[in-house]
Amino acid sequence: MIQQTRKAIGRIIPPSIQKHNWGRTTLIGLPWFWLALFFLLPFLFVLKISLSEAALMQPPYLPFIRGIEDGLVTLVVNFSNYTLIFEDPLYVNALLNSMQIAAISTLLTLIIGYPMAYAIAKAPKHWRLPLLMLIILPFWTSFLIRVYAWIGILKNNGLFNNALMWLGITDQPIEILYTPVAVYIGIIYSYLPFVILPLYATLIRMDNSLLEAAADLGCKPWKQFLTITLPLSLPGIIAGSMLVFIPVMGEFVIPDLLGGPNSLMIGKLMWTEFFSNKDWPVASALAVTLLIILIIPFVLWQHYERRQEEKRS
Amino acid sequence: MLKHDSKTPFAELNTSEDEPIIEIQNVTKTFGDVYAVDDVSLKIYQGEFFSLLGASGCGKTTLLRLLAGFETPTAGRILLDGQDVTHLPPYERPLNIMLQSYALFPHMSVADNIAFGLKQENMPKAQRIERVNEMMQLVQIEKLANRKPHQLSGGQKQRVALARSLAKHPKILLLDEPLGALDKKLREETQFELVNIQERLGITFIVVTHDQEEAMTMSSRIALLRDGRVSQVDTPRRLYEYPSTRYSASFIGSINLFEGTVVSQQDDQVLIDSEEAGGQLLVRHSQPLVAGMDVTVAVRPEKVRVTAGSEQEPNHVQGIIKEIAYLGDVSIYHVDLPTGKRIQFTQSNIQALAEQPLTWEERVCLSWQANSCSILVE
Repeated sequence: MIQQTRKAIGRIIPPSIQKHNWGRTTLIGLPWFWLALFFLLPFLFVLKISLSEAALMQPPYLPFIRGIEDGLVTLVVNFSNYTLIFEDPLYVNALLNSMQIAAISTLLTLIIGYPMAYAIAKAPKHWRLPLLMLIILPFWTSFLIRVYAWIGILKNNGLFNNALMWLGITDQPIEILYTPVAVYIGIIYSYLPFVILPLYATLIRMDNSLLEAAADLGCKPWKQFLTITLPLSLPGIIAGSMLVFIPVMGEFVIPDLLGGPNSLMIGKLMWTEFFSNKDWPVASALAVTLLIILIIPFVLWQHYERRQEEKRS
Repeated sequence: MLKHDSKTPFAELNTSEDEPIIEIQNVTKTFGDVYAVDDVSLKIYQGEFFSLLGASGCGKTTLLRLLAGFETPTAGRILLDGQDVTHLPPYERPLNIMLQSYALFPHMSVADNIAFGLKQENMPKAQRIERVNEMMQLVQIEKLANRKPHQLSGGQKQRVALARSLAKHPKILLLDEPLGALDKKLREETQFELVNIQERLGITFIVVTHDQEEAMTMSSRIALLRDGRVSQVDTPRRLYEYPSTRYSASFIGSINLFEGTVVSQQDDQVLIDSEEAGGQLLVRHSQPLVAGMDVTVAVRPEKVRVTAGSEQEPNHVQGIIKEIAYLGDVSIYHVDLPTGKRIQFTQSNIQALAEQPLTWEERVCLSWQANSCSILVE
């Protein structure tokens, strides 16, 4: 009897669930709408500009649609901007240079950030929050001002060189500012928190009993790190790398302020094309190319995450 | 209590000539001003299934972690095979532990988990594979070799953890609540399997548990701990039949306790005057006692029998049945004595329905023999 009643209820409930849930649609729809309006639409504009021709007019490119005659719409699609990017060594070099700088910076931030994240995760509980605050604290000041401050530190009669000379380590200032070294220093300084935070998040969640089990099975501390801690913190390493590699690829401020004329990065080149050369189509084509290059590692990461997710379920 | 009595009675084996495989000498461990382990001394012998039993917070897990080397004692020494290991790190100790959480490495397959310890000692690959297979056979998980820990059930994880901790053929295996995460039915099955594996491999097992029934079923000896101190160390049978302290009497099973004072002692018969029992009690006790000493008489409910009420019986009381709990195999009766003391006795339900079953508010005469109760001094 009870069994039957339950079945009957079971049959009644599903249609009420199937009824369209407007609240849920709105909730999910809002961020989609936001992304479409402020990310997809501007990107389509950029894509459109990248396919047109530069011209001396306002705005400085020829329109996509060249008029309507006898009911026929003439569309002019121009791929020359893209062929230019891949033919002119200037752009290819800037792209490769950016990639190299981004890759080396990612590696260096990982090497410096990992021990810091590890130390914070292993610190006594009451120390963790203050230490994390110290990592986040620089964000309270404008990014631009913090990069400017490095000029004062690195220049020939700046803090660093004065300190070296006062200590008697050198008697001539070491040239750092306006060299690639200064760019690396600026990038590593600025992006270190983005590596430390996700690494800390994975390390703090790690079960300490795994290390105890490893130790009990005869594994020495440094080998425990290599065989247990490091592989299990891989998600944090990947997340941190993405958070550094992607923005550094398009970085403009740091190479512009700290780098010399030789440090040609794609972000700086884009700026020049837009504002100095007034060649919006080439600049747009550069932006689209950069986006495609960046999407590749991101898709790989997504693939990895999905595989992890499948493994878990 | 299910007890495999075929085993060597360790009480007789533990002579002073036997060399203990583990000797804990006056070990103390403090955390801040809390004494987790307080001046504990124990000797554990080769081939024992030794349980550390106690309520949560009694220091049993800390004691096990001290043996594994995860903690260092504040005072005292730990000897392993006569060698002082007090300050040896865990990775240099010749024993293994199965942790309560199992702590399987989530990024390694079952086979790799089991092989982990063997890789640390650089065992050749062929030999390693052979040993891993042997271990998987032992705990019957051959089919799970390529699974990852998250694809295993609780019972399977427990088996993998056991295989991993046995892979290095340790002489001593420490087990922290090995059956704690399993459901009741699986726990009962696994109890006997653990005992079988232990007997087959001849390894000394030291098990931490809070479950008295589990400890009674599996152990050759039990150390009952309370507030970081050892309350009693004995075989399960002796711990149950002859508890030496009030705590061990009440921790394992249920028991009736009567406060009283010693009147006289003749040979091994002690006469005790107990106001709670409403008269004098006769107890067999071999240790000498002083007249006038305050003691407690302990009687297990199943040792109390219903009698006709003749005055010849040495230990007898009368009372009225107030509560009856029918448990299927036995019934538990709660009886109020005229002194106000409530006692328990059990009767096994041999017949389906007794002709004249005891019922509520019925007056009963109860008695027990002098050699089926004990005297607690502490």
